[in-house]
Amino acid sequence: MPLVEDVKEARGATSAAVDRATGEAYWKKTSGLMWTVLAIWFVAGFGIHLFAPSLNAIHVLGFPLGFYFAAQGSLIIFVVGLFWFAKRQNQIDEEFGVQED
Amino acid sequence: MSTSTKEKDPFIASLGKIYAGYTGGFAAFVILIAILEQMGVPDRILGYLFVGLTIGVYAYIGIISRTQAVAEYYVAGRRVPALYNGMATGSDWMSAASFIGMAGSLYALGYGGLAFILGWTGGYMLVAILLAPYLRKFGQYTVPDFLGARYGGNAARLIGVIVLITASFVYVVAQIVGVGIITQRFLDVSFGVAVFVGLAGILVCSMLGGMRAVTWTQVAQYIVLIIAYLIPAFLMSAKVTGVPLPQLMYGFALERIEGLENGFRAAGMTPPPGVTGWHSAPFIGANGQFSMPAAVNFFALVFCLMVGTAALPHILMRYFTTPSVREARASVAWSLFFIFLLYFTAPAYAAFGKVEIYQNIIGQPIAALPDWIKNWQIMSPYGVPWINIVDVNRDGIVQWGDFRIHPDVVVLATPEIAGLPYVIAGLVAAGGLAAALSTADGLLLALANALSHDVYYKMIDRNAPTARRLIISRVLLLIVALAAAWTAGNAGADILFLVAWAFSIAAAGLFAALVMGVWYKKTTNIAAIAGMAVGYVATFGYLIHSEWFGLDFIQIFGSKDAIVAAARQVGTINPNFISEELRAEAAAIVANAANVRDGALAWFGNLIGIPTDTVVLRNRVVGRLWGINNISGGIIGVPLSFLTIWLVSKFTPAPSQAMQDFIDDIRVPRGGVRLADQREAVE
Repeated sequence: MPLVEDVKEARGATSAAVDRATGEAYWKKTSGLMWTVLAIWFVAGFGIHLFAPSLNAIHVLGFPLGFYFAAQGSLIIFVVGLFWFAKRQNQIDEEFGVQED
Repeated sequence: MSTSTKEKDPFIASLGKIYAGYTGGFAAFVILIAILEQMGVPDRILGYLFVGLTIGVYAYIGIISRTQAVAEYYVAGRRVPALYNGMATGSDWMSAASFIGMAGSLYALGYGGLAFILGWTGGYMLVAILLAPYLRKFGQYTVPDFLGARYGGNAARLIGVIVLITASFVYVVAQIVGVGIITQRFLDVSFGVAVFVGLAGILVCSMLGGMRAVTWTQVAQYIVLIIAYLIPAFLMSAKVTGVPLPQLMYGFALERIEGLENGFRAAGMTPPPGVTGWHSAPFIGANGQFSMPAAVNFFALVFCLMVGTAALPHILMRYFTTPSVREARASVAWSLFFIFLLYFTAPAYAAFGKVEIYQNIIGQPIAALPDWIKNWQIMSPYGVPWINIVDVNRDGIVQWGDFRIHPDVVVLATPEIAGLPYVIAGLVAAGGLAAALSTADGLLLALANALSHDVYYKMIDRNAPTARRLIISRVLLLIVALAAAWTAGNAGADILFLVAWAFSIAAAGLFAALVMGVWYKKTTNIAAIAGMAVGYVATFGYLIHSEWFGLDFIQIFGSKDAIVAAARQVGTINPNFISEELRAEAAAIVANAANVRDGALAWFGNLIGIPTDTVVLRNRVVGRLWGINNISGGIIGVPLSFLTIWLVSKFTPAPSQAMQDFIDDIRVPRGGVRLADQREAVE
């Protein structure tokens, strides 16, 4: 296996890789996605659990629903949310042509 | 970057085969041990084989991955594919506390323990959307590298290093304690010796090959730990419900627990100390009714663990090792998936263990308890027996409150509870060891890299030749490891509560400066330095003050009633654990209760309507601002840090154009990074 040191990126570039307008539009859309995922994070991490006492009255397969969300439901939302985020961000990268070569 | 990833690297291409072969080999090894057990080989020999062989394999991977190249040593050559980096992060992340302790905490706390499950998974969303891709694009070696490049050099770098060392050191000490506990039980040596045996296992993995060795070892350790965690859970589920799908079937166990709890209460019994009597009920006090402080504590803990996850340098530095920004993002998703596999199984362990104990143990005569209970009625390193039957009313029957079980036993004893052969118990031990070793490896590397790369190379000698840097790095790794082992050997298990502190400290010290550095262009150097310092000092100061100077703390933030109550609590503690002066001071307050005044900052202590109070924990009177346990100390430091950065940025000169160009560059995946100060370049 090659043991060559990879110094090119660390050395630093001298000019911007994308023009200013593209960069700004890209960042705006990326920020939008960030806020969307942050909102999902907040609802799954905190919001749903505010209702845990009432949700617990409903039982599915023996699980009180409030308990289920904190033990499993929110976790599934986190995992699926992150794969979705990675895919969506790749689409945005390609839309603006800023993906890595 | 481009050329090296385009050509198929033969090593990377064959990773799938290598680890498939490894997994198959491990399975064959487990089967071999099972056969040996049937042939009558004693358990102790099997224990040696399990511990010895797994550590041997990790050491072998560590040795064949040795390297003299800086980029290999610090970031594994940046060619770890997303999936494998995800596995490595998973085992880097899941420590002895996750593997052994989590299910036990859930057993004791019921719904309240789910704060750990939520907090230790949800944080990865913050990592993925706010930090990982941008740190990867920045493309240097350590988290303090980023702080140095973004915030004008050594001052910011130094604060970053201080926070990193504080958080990582308390964390690594706890891991070494975990290694010691497992090694002690399965090799039958003293705790002090066990700690150093474990340490040797940790060091061979990380010393020679740095990040490269740690990465490939951690992948191997993940495979062992997840197999070891899932197999007993599947077998336990089959035993209790008849269907081997623990994550789906434990709902029925929860229902049964609820019924059993109601039955116990109807019979006039109470749960043992520290165990909730309402397993699935959220936010309740000791009486089973809704409790506002319980709800506030739950959400505060979730918040601190999540933000702390996104600020712990040993986790963030794993995303420096992927080949691209795109892979870094995918890698966070994979990390969380691999962590999820364990965390969504932990509540099942807790529920099945509880059903077994409530159904088959409670109400039985003490003389007729099953053998597995007797096996665990031995002394733990915590100073009480692992399972302690306290016959409170001396009727010879195990009442609900008589059965005291240490949380760690819930996972460790599952194989015996389910009546499985010893090979499964050995498997669980190997898994716990893999979890503790892998986390300790990652933490030690983060510590040693901060000291060698950030302090020695960047701050002391910028002209140091590569060979000397790597030697210094290894020497420091050894020193840090010995210091951690020495602390672990002396403090023993009493320090495990410190682990949760690491999250609050990292969260308050680093999170705001990292996030604002990427997302708020106007963040100035002075603002970030101030923000990190304020967050760190406020949180660390609060933790120490409330933990060890609880009476003093409440005299500042408490109302007069809270002060008197705290003084009374001091009187209830065993005098061996507290100083003469403290006892005298408390007695004077109680004697003079009528004249006690509110503390100077009592208005602040009562700001959100839940009074500041104290509780007796760990033989100390521990202060709780707004009734929030100090395990969630970051709840104050994190917002304070953000606020400081934002406010100071308003009043200090905006960052230079060069710095803004730098930020523009780290925000887009394409192209290189223009550093504002070329001296911040690595190499």
